Amino acid sequence: MTPPDPTAVQPIDLRARMSWRVIVNHAMTAAMLGAVVLIAIPLVLVLWSLLARGASAAFADFPAFFTKDIPHMDTQPGGGMGPAIVGTLLVTGGAALLAIPLGILGAVYLHEYGKSSTFARLVRFLSVVMTGVPSIVMGLFVYIMWTMRFGYSAFGGSIAMACLMLPVVIRATEQMLELVPAHLREASYALGTTKSRTIVTVVLPAALPGIVSGCLLAVARAAGETAPLLFTVGAASEINASLFSGANTALSAQIFANATSSFPEAQDRAWGAALTLVLLTFAITLIARVFTARIVKR
Amino acid sequence: MTGEPITEATTAAMARSLRGTGNRADDGFRVLAVAAAALVLLVLGAIALTMTMRAAGVFADHGAEFFTSTRWAPAGDDPAQQHFGALSFIWGTLYTSLIALVIAVPISLAVALYTTQVAPVWLKRPLVYVLDLLAVVPSVVFGLWGVLTLAEPIQGVYAKIHGAVDGIPILQSIFGAGAQGRSFMTAGVILAVMITPIITSLSREVIETTPQNEKEAAYGLGATRWEMIRGAVIPHSKIGIVGAVMLGLGRAMGETIAAALVIGSSVGQVSANVFSSGNSMPAVIANEWGEAKDPHKAGLIALAVVLFAMTIVVNVVASWIVRRAQVRQYGSRGGRR
Repeated sequence: MTPPDPTAVQPIDLRARMSWRVIVNHAMTAAMLGAVVLIAIPLVLVLWSLLARGASAAFADFPAFFTKDIPHMDTQPGGGMGPAIVGTLLVTGGAALLAIPLGILGAVYLHEYGKSSTFARLVRFLSVVMTGVPSIVMGLFVYIMWTMRFGYSAFGGSIAMACLMLPVVIRATEQMLELVPAHLREASYALGTTKSRTIVTVVLPAALPGIVSGCLLAVARAAGETAPLLFTVGAASEINASLFSGANTALSAQIFANATSSFPEAQDRAWGAALTLVLLTFAITLIARVFTARIVKR
Repeated sequence: MTGEPITEATTAAMARSLRGTGNRADDGFRVLAVAAAALVLLVLGAIALTMTMRAAGVFADHGAEFFTSTRWAPAGDDPAQQHFGALSFIWGTLYTSLIALVIAVPISLAVALYTTQVAPVWLKRPLVYVLDLLAVVPSVVFGLWGVLTLAEPIQGVYAKIHGAVDGIPILQSIFGAGAQGRSFMTAGVILAVMITPIITSLSREVIETTPQNEKEAAYGLGATRWEMIRGAVIPHSKIGIVGAVMLGLGRAMGETIAAALVIGSSVGQVSANVFSSGNSMPAVIANEWGEAKDPHKAGLIALAVVLFAMTIVVNVVASWIVRRAQVRQYGSRGGRR
């Protein structure tokens, strides 16, 4: 029997032990995973309700729902959302035509001309602030500035939505311009081009996929806006294809109006309109994704 | 030639001098760009000015009472009976936003940490997709779902929660009796669903800037993943996360349609009971505008002015905080976003 050698090194067990630290680590990982599951629940539930109740309303008598006029009475079954679809496309299209060129120009100023001058910093700061202006405030503002003088029209809604989109487009575009390498600009200047020509023919095309993606996301968000339309667009139950004259309607406004109805016929129309609107916004978002994937690939 | 570094500005100047002086198209384009940028200033200024002018009468008539009274009597035929007291709506806006934050902040942070630190690479993209989809679902669709699908069954859940905490001093009044399907709580839950993607994606951006070497240093000291997050990721991104939460708060306060559908639209309710029905500023404006006559409209516009001021304050503070975080990270010239 030899006594244990006091100088012998005890083997160290490098495997993780179930200490409280490891337990806390596992608990926290589980909590994070739980949160991910939790956040998916409302999305799944909403989509389920949309499909369960909206699909029967929207696709039962295809394509009647997408073309027919909106019934005058809540209790009337059937009918469609034709006028609302036309209205949503008009209002959103008008808003895009206003906000996208102005937003891109604004971002060009910020990144190519203003840079870190006081005015550019102020505009940059205020565009962040403007992103936070509630859509209902924007709607009332356009009501006071436009609708009180010119009456209800799809274009009033376009102005309100364009105000909401403008700061989003500016910020998205400026971020994309930051990614354009300086040597492209310098190569263009070296050929003797002016600054404006360089921006239009070199810088903007280089940033184009990103700008398109950012603008599409802004459009998708705007298409679902309801609050500004309550004050500016009015109400219509027949198709009004004019952007500038006459009251109009939109999918979001119809959902809001029919959601509080106690009649199942009107509620069905609300679900059908909601499904249509969600499909529309998801489609725009997916197209935006395609453009984003293109930048990542490069 | 001095040894000055050639910057973009000097190359542009050289190009210009080569072409001869001035160029009308070039100057025109510049003016156009400046004008587009100035539009942001113009719109914000015009909002503040025109709305305050419209609402000036209401503020002048009521003074501080506009903020301290809960009596909202807009439609009386007798103008002497007309009274605008916004306190219950201001309370409703703040209370529903608070509920939304209490629910959304922990979830958003957990999801942001999961997607940046824990999730395997193959799972990251689908998760971000789901968050993006959640962000583009229009608020009116959440409102529709809340009022037609959620409000009925959740009433029973509320009643059970009240039953469970009945008798415990403070909790029994917060989770009070008389549960309503359309209530502060339902509005708070819907708002939470809507602001979670915003807070998550803003926090993700901040968290992703945590330097790799700090994370590896933490692991090198034998930290578990959670200890690494607490020791390296959180201290690094704390300020940015606070900014993200503030921006989420601003969004929650201004959200109209979902709140208008599920908050219950009761007037004069200043209650801590999360299960009682109430009203918020944007919801009142949306619900009452349709049948409002002229003086009533002025009252609603006055509400919008207060709402505008509150969201501006929250957003300015938020972007100031974010800016400070960026300055700390990149130095004063960095982070020009």
